[in-house]
Amino acid sequence: MSETVASTRSAETDSGPVSGAEVILENVGKRYPGQQQPAVGDLSMTINAGEIVMLVGPSGCGKTTTLKMINRLIEPTSGRIMLGGEDIIKANGDELRRRIGYVIQAGGLFPHMTVEANVKLVPNMLGWDKKKTATRTEELLDLVGLDPKVYRSRYPKELSGGQQQRVGVARALAADPPVLLMDEPFGAVDPITRQRLQDELLRIQKELRKTIIIVTHDFDEAVKLGDRIAIFRQGGEIVQYDTPEEILASPADDFVESFVGAGATLRQLTLVRVKDVPLDMPVTARIGEDKQEIARRAMQEGARDVVVVDERNRPLRWVDLRELEGSGKLAAGEDNKLKVIGEGATLNDALDTMLVSSHSSAIVVGRGNQIVGRVNVDIITNAIALLRSARNGANDDLDEMPDHDSSTRPSGARRVTR
Amino acid sequence: MIDYFQNRRSQIAYDGFQHVSLVVQCVLLATVIALVLAVLVYRSSFATQVAEGVGAVGLTIPSFALLGLLIAPFGLGVLTSVIAVTFYALLPILRNAVVGLAGVDRSLIESARGIGMSRFRTLWQIEIPLAWPVILNGIRVSTQLVMGIAAVAAYVLGPGLGGYIFEGLSRLGGSGAVPAAAVGTIGVIILAFILDVLLLLLGRLTTSRGLRV
Ligand SMILES: Nc1ncnc2c1ncn2[C@@H]1O[C@H](COP(=O)(O)OP(=O)(O)OP(=O)(O)O)[C@@H](O)[C@H]1O
Ligand SMILES: [Mg+2]
Repeated sequence: MSETVASTRSAETDSGPVSGAEVILENVGKRYPGQQQPAVGDLSMTINAGEIVMLVGPSGCGKTTTLKMINRLIEPTSGRIMLGGEDIIKANGDELRRRIGYVIQAGGLFPHMTVEANVKLVPNMLGWDKKKTATRTEELLDLVGLDPKVYRSRYPKELSGGQQQRVGVARALAADPPVLLMDEPFGAVDPITRQRLQDELLRIQKELRKTIIIVTHDFDEAVKLGDRIAIFRQGGEIVQYDTPEEILASPADDFVESFVGAGATLRQLTLVRVKDVPLDMPVTARIGEDKQEIARRAMQEGARDVVVVDERNRPLRWVDLRELEGSGKLAAGEDNKLKVIGEGATLNDALDTMLVSSHSSAIVVGRGNQIVGRVNVDIITNAIALLRSARNGANDDLDEMPDHDSSTRPSGARRVTR
Repeated sequence: MIDYFQNRRSQIAYDGFQHVSLVVQCVLLATVIALVLAVLVYRSSFATQVAEGVGAVGLTIPSFALLGLLIAPFGLGVLTSVIAVTFYALLPILRNAVVGLAGVDRSLIESARGIGMSRFRTLWQIEIPLAWPVILNGIRVSTQLVMGIAAVAAYVLGPGLGGYIFEGLSRLGGSGAVPAAAVGTIGVIILAFILDVLLLLLGRLTTSRGLRV
């Protein structure tokens, strides 16, 4: 293994304290009345406090059933579930669910209630006073990136799919529950929005450190979001429950292998964040600058295009050298072909974004949407090469040291090697 | 005709008011009963079918026949009218309430339960408001239907404008027959129209902006 990249996930230095609770499933089973095979046979797993665990597996294998047993929307027929040391069967079902966030596909917002009313539901049920609830609502909308002034009194139909999903997350987090359950939360939005929502979830998680359990069909999503992934087979049987790196590097059997798929190396792009690779910095220009001056600067750098930024260094659009011919000042204007991604995005996201961008590169923005660089094909190719050599290296190591370290590593210190 | 109307103005106004009052109260009562019944049956497809079947058959019973049947146990008078009118009012509302409640998106109900709403709260805050536009439509249909039925109920000495129609019919050919029947009929039509407008307005006020298309 060549060099080690800093850990890229939630457990980084600048993340908040863990506010999640540990969830333990002990020999949990669910048999629906009148069915031969149980939907979930005998499931045991421990979900560490503050981690994101992804449940993946073929359709009908019992993921949703497992998830819903944790908040007792479905009552287990056998076994025991502990939440933060408490046996959930002892709690009142409704009260239990007020303490567990629950998000379904498309957010599950109530169409006859405003955004604010939707978010306030749980605090109201818990009897919070008006003032506290109002402050909390604002805080939450801010947290999920919706301006309370603009969105508070809108109805769900007046929001985009992505915005609805955000409100769904805000509503689930309203009473600050230690555990969040999400059933295919990003299944109903387009790929670009999905990527943004995923990034946002990671950002929120970094701050809150909840215990989050997510059902997904998208293995890339599992690799991107999960601290751990549980791969299910029919009957709620767990085939492998491990970190994404482990699963990609050493799938437990053919079934997992088929899930991971042929593009394992490409998949590993999901493990590398944009901020972990050396970025290229494009030539930038401000509106109102002299065109010839800009052209001269670009020429010096050997660039054929320039990114126009605003007074706070936020990227606006691309201009070609051709457009800089002649004299005069650079005019304002925007174009939607300039594609932007956050520093926390994965190289896989970057690749997707580049494919729809006009300049075969994606602009990377940091705090306050300021430009910090760009990713282009060369950067991705380099990363793939490094991943490939690291993977081969890792496999060699594995032969010698079968007791790789997934169990002994502190959960924070693991992450990508390349 | 004009004279007939002029001479009995206050009496006609009083009877018109009585007519509307009977209809409104019976529809209100029917709405409550229909909602309770709908809530009891809508989750079971068998019970739903029974409710719909009874509803369809119920509407085919001629109102005269029903009134005739009710006279035996309840006698002549307001009570018999109220029972008959409420019965007919019930049918369209029940039908729509069942359809409306069954049509609520299952995932929303699951979402409500998932954030810790009790069954009752889910019904009251989510399912009924979402089904409300459909239920309200049932109430409108029902109101129109029983405006006419209430007129027939005058046969058992119920209050309202029906009396004029029966008066006209009984004196058919005699003087004042046509004006009497006309006052009754036109009165019912005008009041039905006004009630419908009011219900539309009520719908506007009670349906969330989030549900309007
Ligand atoms: N209410 C129910 N009654 C009877 N059987 C059910 C019920 N819900 C689920 N099942 C069965 O239990 C099994 C597991 O269902 P579950 O919904 O947990 O699957 P899943 O893994 O979430 O699938 P998907 O990826 O398609 O959502 C399936 O075989 C399904 O048919
Ligand atoms: Mg499912």
